[in-house]
Amino acid sequence: MNPVYYLYLASLLFTIGAAGVLIRRNAIVVFMCVELMLNACNLAFVAFSRLHGNLDGQIIAFFTMVVAAAEVVVGLAIIVSMFRARHSASVDDASLMKL
Amino acid sequence: MDNLIALLIAAPLLGAAVLLCGGRALDRVGPLVGTVLSGASFVIGAVLFADMLGKGAGDRTMTQHLFAWVPVAGFKADVGFQLDQLSMTFVLLISGVGTLIHIYSIGYMAHDERRRRFFGYLNLFVAAMLLLVLASNYLLLYMGWEGVGLASYLLIGFWQHKPSAATAAKKAFLVNRVGDMGLSIAIMLMFTTFGTFSFGGVFGAAHGATEGKLTAISLMLLLAACGKSAQVPLQSWLGDAMEGPTPVSALIHAATMVTAGVYLITRSADLFNGAPTAQLAVVVVGGVTLLFGAIVGCAKDDIKKSLAGSTMSQIGYMILAAGLGPIGYVFAIMHLVTHGFFKAGLFLGAGSVMHGMNDEVDMRKYGGLRKYMPVTFVTFGLGYLAIIGFPGLSGFFSKDKIVEAAFAKGGTEGWILGAVTLLGAAITAYYMTRMMLMTFFGEERWRNTATASPDAPDVEPAAEERGRHAEPHPHESPSVMTIPMIVLAIGSVGAGAFFGVGDRFLRWLEPVTGHSEGNSPVSAGVVTAATLVLLVVGAGIAYLQYGRRPVPARAPRGSLLTRAARRDLLQDDFNHVVLVRGGEHLTRSLVYVDHTVVDGVVNGTAASFGGLSGRLRKLQNGYARSYALSMFGGTAVIVAATLLMRAV
Repeated sequence: MNPVYYLYLASLLFTIGAAGVLIRRNAIVVFMCVELMLNACNLAFVAFSRLHGNLDGQIIAFFTMVVAAAEVVVGLAIIVSMFRARHSASVDDASLMKL
Repeated sequence: MDNLIALLIAAPLLGAAVLLCGGRALDRVGPLVGTVLSGASFVIGAVLFADMLGKGAGDRTMTQHLFAWVPVAGFKADVGFQLDQLSMTFVLLISGVGTLIHIYSIGYMAHDERRRRFFGYLNLFVAAMLLLVLASNYLLLYMGWEGVGLASYLLIGFWQHKPSAATAAKKAFLVNRVGDMGLSIAIMLMFTTFGTFSFGGVFGAAHGATEGKLTAISLMLLLAACGKSAQVPLQSWLGDAMEGPTPVSALIHAATMVTAGVYLITRSADLFNGAPTAQLAVVVVGGVTLLFGAIVGCAKDDIKKSLAGSTMSQIGYMILAAGLGPIGYVFAIMHLVTHGFFKAGLFLGAGSVMHGMNDEVDMRKYGGLRKYMPVTFVTFGLGYLAIIGFPGLSGFFSKDKIVEAAFAKGGTEGWILGAVTLLGAAITAYYMTRMMLMTFFGEERWRNTATASPDAPDVEPAAEERGRHAEPHPHESPSVMTIPMIVLAIGSVGAGAFFGVGDRFLRWLEPVTGHSEGNSPVSAGVVTAATLVLLVVGAGIAYLQYGRRPVPARAPRGSLLTRAARRDLLQDDFNHVVLVRGGEHLTRSLVYVDHTVVDGVVNGTAASFGGLSGRLRKLQNGYARSYALSMFGGTAVIVAATLLMRAV
């Protein structure tokens, strides 16, 4: 199977993720969309690794997974404490950090 | 012998230091200390003079090098003194007349609480003036020049509790500063032109310099001379300087200060000789001031201010003579010395009159004082005869020589200058006769009962005003005051004949200043005759106006010229309109420019940045999603740019 198709899939997933981040208000959904974009990147890395015939891309994909796991831990904790504080998970409600 | 020169200055300087730092302990002996130290300077001067007379005319110049003042490579100035015939003349005049004024002040200032300080200032004045005439380079001369300015400021404003005196002192200082600027610029020009300040170096190189440079230096020196010698246009301070105690006026007008300008021009003869344009300017300044001062002297009722106008006029004679070049230098200095005697005598006489008249200065409230003050009358009278040029007395010899020298200038210029000096002589005779008649002759207008003229309707307010004061009891001054006046009167009578007969003074000073006869279109006899005729005319007119008719106690309104002359020929008004108003307008327009243009640019820049940042901060709205959008947008731009660069 042509590896270029994986790249099409990866860019499709990335676009869905990006659109989700920009459009959705629920923090959990935004969070999942970020994960989707990370995984789209991983897919692209692995596909390139295959295309070029070396393992660099696969190694980077492992790094990304580790970083994403750490991010999930911190991010979910923030979302949970935010929900407890204001009974809402909308990112637009948390708009106090402005001039 | 040469090493004594520094002592000339050191003696009065020591006096100033001791008296000003000594504190109240010296209050009682202060006047004596000051007088003795000033006298010591005169004695040293006399010793040096005797020594100088013993030498040949060619090698009379003495020098003393004290120490290197500014020993920088390429910029050297020494503290060194040069005593030649010119300096010697000034030293004897300054210390001699200065000491007489010190003695007089012992009596005049006897009741002043701050007299110790007064004598300290007097000593400082004498020391500064001696430094000025003894310096062997222009930089040291400048130090003496400034010292004279300082001492005059302190003395004119000595009665500082009077606002008028404080203002007069400030005015004298400020006007003098303008002249001082001229001297400092002249010295800078000298340094750039000749690379040295020393008299020897500058005069030696003067022949090699271009006429333009010499003219520039000379004109700046003239500006300096105008300031110190109260010549037009920097003359306005002299009249107000009368606010100081009378001995100070005598010192400023006779021995120090106003003579400094004449000294400066005569000393810089080698520079002026090479700059005919500057010499013309000097002559014009002298001629204008000569008439200016004389006219002001005619209109003043204040005896001291009238004498001040007279000084301005006589110094004008000297400046004019100095501007004539080698024809006139010697006579400028000769008139300066004789003027020193009679003007000091006249001022001390005026002080004596004021002393006996409860410090009244208005001559219209004098009259008939000759019976009450015989010594003052005789000494003042001799000074009067000397200044108007009565044959045989000092002024006759010295002023006549200046008139002759003015004619000897030759050409149209010579005729104009000669006419101006002759006219000045006539006006001098007029105002001095007027002063004499108003003070010592006529009715005793100071008596409450003796109201002056029955036909004057405006006598009443004057009588009221007089009634507020106790009626004065005119009396002769103590002998400590009259003796200096007698000595000065002897000088006023004899100095001219002593100098003039056989050209003694000419031969004495010629080696320093040089001399040329010039060719006069009129003979000396004609000049003398013309002077005498004009003298009689001037004195006669004054007699008709003030001797035959009673003097009104209040000044009549007078003609336009009289009223202008009473206001010092509008000199202060001129200064006010041109300089003060002009300065104010300049300041205001500068402030306006500062507020609109400079502040506008600065504030405009700040406001535009403030407005811009106000717009920009709207982008920071707190919504995480909009930040994300800008991040995506930025990334898209970067990717697009990268791809575009690749493609190209």
